[in-house]
Amino acid sequence: MSKTTYIEAGRRALAEEMTRDPMVWAVGEDLGRGGVFGQYKGLVEQFGPDRISDAPISEACIMGAAVGAAMAGTRPVVEMRFADFALCATDELVNQAAKARYMFGGQARVPLVVRQPMGIWRSSAAQHSQSLEAWYAHIPGLVVVAPSTPADNLGLLKSSIRCDDPVVYLEHKNLWPLEGDVPEGEHLVPLGKADTVREGRDLTIVTWSAQRFTCVEAAEALAQEGVEAEIIDLRTLWPWDRDQVLSSVEKTRRLLVVQEAVSVAGFGAEIAASVAEALHPLLAAPVKRLGAPRVPVSYAPTLENQVRVTAEAIVAAAKSQLTPAAA
Amino acid sequence: MNASAAAPSRGSNLDLPRLQEAYHLMQRIRSFEELAVDAQKEGLVLGAIHPSIGQEAVAVGVCAQLREDDLLLSTHRGHGHTLAKGADPLAMMRELFGRQGGTCGGKGGSMHIADFEVGMLGANGVVSANIPIAAGAAHAIKLRDEDRIVACFFGDGAINRGPFLEGLNWAKVFNLPVLFICEDNAFSATTRTSSMTAGAGAAARARSLDIPAEEVDGNDLLEVEAVAKQAVESIRAGGGPRLLHCHTYRMTGHTAADLAAYRPQEEVEERRKTDPIQRVARLLRDAGVAEAELDRLAADARAELEQAYQVAKDSPWPDETQAFADVQDVGDPRERAF
Ligand SMILES: Cc1ncc(C[n+]2csc(CCOP(=O)(O)OP(=O)(O)O)c2C)c(N)n1
Ligand SMILES: [Mg+2]
Repeated sequence: MSKTTYIEAGRRALAEEMTRDPMVWAVGEDLGRGGVFGQYKGLVEQFGPDRISDAPISEACIMGAAVGAAMAGTRPVVEMRFADFALCATDELVNQAAKARYMFGGQARVPLVVRQPMGIWRSSAAQHSQSLEAWYAHIPGLVVVAPSTPADNLGLLKSSIRCDDPVVYLEHKNLWPLEGDVPEGEHLVPLGKADTVREGRDLTIVTWSAQRFTCVEAAEALAQEGVEAEIIDLRTLWPWDRDQVLSSVEKTRRLLVVQEAVSVAGFGAEIAASVAEALHPLLAAPVKRLGAPRVPVSYAPTLENQVRVTAEAIVAAAKSQLTPAAA
Repeated sequence: MNASAAAPSRGSNLDLPRLQEAYHLMQRIRSFEELAVDAQKEGLVLGAIHPSIGQEAVAVGVCAQLREDDLLLSTHRGHGHTLAKGADPLAMMRELFGRQGGTCGGKGGSMHIADFEVGMLGANGVVSANIPIAAGAAHAIKLRDEDRIVACFFGDGAINRGPFLEGLNWAKVFNLPVLFICEDNAFSATTRTSSMTAGAGAAARARSLDIPAEEVDGNDLLEVEAVAKQAVESIRAGGGPRLLHCHTYRMTGHTAADLAAYRPQEEVEERRKTDPIQRVARLLRDAGVAEAELDRLAADARAELEQAYQVAKDSPWPDETQAFADVQDVGDPRERAF
């Protein structure tokens, strides 16, 4: 084990996979100078400008070209700069990448990874802060991954690059400097496998991406009051680890879903509904979701903070599930 | 037109066997389209089809310059391109009928026909979307250091979508081996494209990006062949992308169901005189090929396609489990379906 940042873990994952497989290459705006956040620092020196390729500001073509390049035998890693800009490439991702294998009757494989830095990052405002994972989880053909720790960013990015399906890979911008323990050797995290961050008997909190850490903070506060929350970080949203979530809720009989995204029609709704469908007679309290209100993200901190799910809100929601009135 | 200098002089040194082969292929495409239109009336073709009747010289003239391992990206009006690239008409007919043994196992239909065996990486139901994909396939060829090229067909309407600009720019800045073919049939669905297009069209737009472009009479097989041959040679030699702007005319409505009442019948009759198949027939006749031989080639094409029609019609539907196959490797596609 050694300490590594989330951003460096992603860089290491790409470098390892590019070393292992000469067909892996990365393409996106400004990659030759290390990428906007420095996620690609030093890679052009190591692999050259053909494999760490700059791109014009042509999100649709970056994605569309990646589809063609994937169908023609390479494994592109596409950088979208901000998740928000991937919307310029929606047709290419949703109608082309996600559909090619199916509509061509299995003749095509589209092994590409779309890196989309997501989430609220202080004062980035409405067009650089979104969490749109639910859009992609809705699309047959796509895999959706949202790592939260350096070790997971290493192991999941490597698994995503090796996956033959198109993968939407959502890194949270606020996590770039986060440090954590990362294994020294080959480290792969399987797609579709959740991580139980903390065990507890009283309720299950299901979360992903940066909210994992807010949930941990809340669970520590709850523990002070004798409430033991189990936290599950899904890590992969499609396919999500249904078995792990259901067996946890079977034990705790309470579910709270915590997401940074807008709660309305967010991915949390899928978890909540699935658990309610499967376990309703067992539940000691109604399932509950926490997420952003249905407003765009603001610029001024006082306004931006209005959409954040805080540890206090999580604590309050958890407690409401534990009071007899809620049962 | 720019290309006339490149076209071989008529009649003198015609490669007759090759021309007869091209004539036969054009007749096969025509028969495929005519039978597909009939089949739709019979209720055998289930979704929309976009016939390429009248545009056969573009598909045949361009694809004849390609190798089997070259790649092709096509459009919603792609039957001709696909046949010209070497796909099996029976598998295509089955696909139109949604049957087992279709090129895509009955999962795609006309607008998603693909045959990777012959390098045909897909028609596309989204106008212009195949252009970046073609650029990307060419990008892969370059990264893999292969000497294949990519041919990408699109309509005159496609040049008004952003992916046209993005894809051409991409192909140029990365110097990729791709031939863009704008198959200009004067219409974007029911709209005359000229009424919705600023400037002089595909070739002019390509030249503004320093992509060499030629305008040709797309109903003149020899002209298409000659210009496409030069372009393909240059691209294969590493010369970067090129564009052919082929002027042709859509003899049918936009779809098989469209009566095209929005255009004058005189215009259609005028254009019928430039039918690309009849023009090749005239060349062959002038070169001494007997009428009986022309009839034989046409009848042979028709018989092959009628046979395909019959076999496709009697082919079984896909097994229902196929609805859940080939979605993705990761995750159970049946999850929460019911
Ligand atoms: C993005 C998109 N917009 C609209 C359509 C509907 N549509 C299908 S074909 C077509 C006309 C395309 O014209 P052109 O590119 O000239 O091709 P042609 O049909 O003439 O071969 C339209 C509008 C579509 N398939 N995709
Ligand atoms: Mg047209």
